[in-house]
Amino acid sequence: MTEKEWPLYEVFIRSRAGLSHRHAGSVHAPDDQMALDHARDTYTRRTEGVSIWVVPSERIVASDPKETSAFFEPAEDKVYRHPTFYEIPDGVENL
Amino acid sequence: MSKNDAVLAYVLRLADNALILAQRMVELVAAEPELEEELANANFALDFLGQARMFYTYAGELEGAGRSEDDLAFMRDGNEFRNLLLIEQPNGHFGDSIVRQYLFEAFYVHQLDALTQCNDPRIAEIAARAIKEVRYHLRHISHWLIRLGDGTDESHQRVQASLDELWRFTGEMFVNDDVDVAIRDNLAGPDLEAIAALWKRDVEGVISEATLQLPQEQWMASGGKQGRHSEHFGFLIAEMQFLQRSYPGATW
Repeated sequence: MTEKEWPLYEVFIRSRAGLSHRHAGSVHAPDDQMALDHARDTYTRRTEGVSIWVVPSERIVASDPKETSAFFEPAEDKVYRHPTFYEIPDGVENL
Repeated sequence: MSKNDAVLAYVLRLADNALILAQRMVELVAAEPELEEELANANFALDFLGQARMFYTYAGELEGAGRSEDDLAFMRDGNEFRNLLLIEQPNGHFGDSIVRQYLFEAFYVHQLDALTQCNDPRIAEIAARAIKEVRYHLRHISHWLIRLGDGTDESHQRVQASLDELWRFTGEMFVNDDVDVAIRDNLAGPDLEAIAALWKRDVEGVISEATLQLPQEQWMASGGKQGRHSEHFGFLIAEMQFLQRSYPGATW
């Protein structure tokens, strides 16, 4: 018998209504539904969540670390993209 | 049998089922085939242990003899335990454990559901907590049963054999005795005939989805509810009770 590893899934948990799902970790599972079970049993044992997403890790398209300079460095000297040049009028609470 | 005696006997059965199944599952800790299943098994075992504690505590109060949950769990002899024979069957291989778990929990979920409506507020309260746990167990365990049955040739054959082997212990769940009748009539508790029909419907559904064959009608073993256990039980009890028997009252 050949030993075959179950596929890897990434697990995202929403901790409270209104917050967004955040990456919690990963699990191995034989299929999608079992991945959801395993994520529940592995990552929500201490009431960490109200919603779970699981995604096959191989379906995640990730940026290449070798391209970091082309991807991210051009933004570094564009300070004008931060909304820090505005005077906030008195009395504006939610900006 | 007085009403209080029947309630005490019934609560002890619930407690013993939960404790003995927890003990069987604890035997599997660190022996599951995958890390994720390891966590699921240990979580489920702790769910049962928690249920057992609530039922034992209540049983101790009903008895009124000052026995604690630990006294009831660790200081009674084998023939005083009233758990179903199905529950004490050895773990066997992964498929055996899954089938044992499934056949019992498919019954237990309906038993608890009926108990949430019964006239004993304490039992109803414990049942309402426990049923949430058991509904999830059932989801997970039936996922496994379906995957093993509808998996490879080998997994199909082996889990079919597990089902055939354990089937003879399922009849006991639905055999009414004095205690069951008293609970049904005095507390508006579970009607075992109605539960048998629900259980059969659910089990047939999952077995068919798992592409397995329903075992044929056959002779059914019973006795656990009256304290007559199978030969495996003494070993289980010996291991479970060793510490409290050798060092009574030990705590940490």
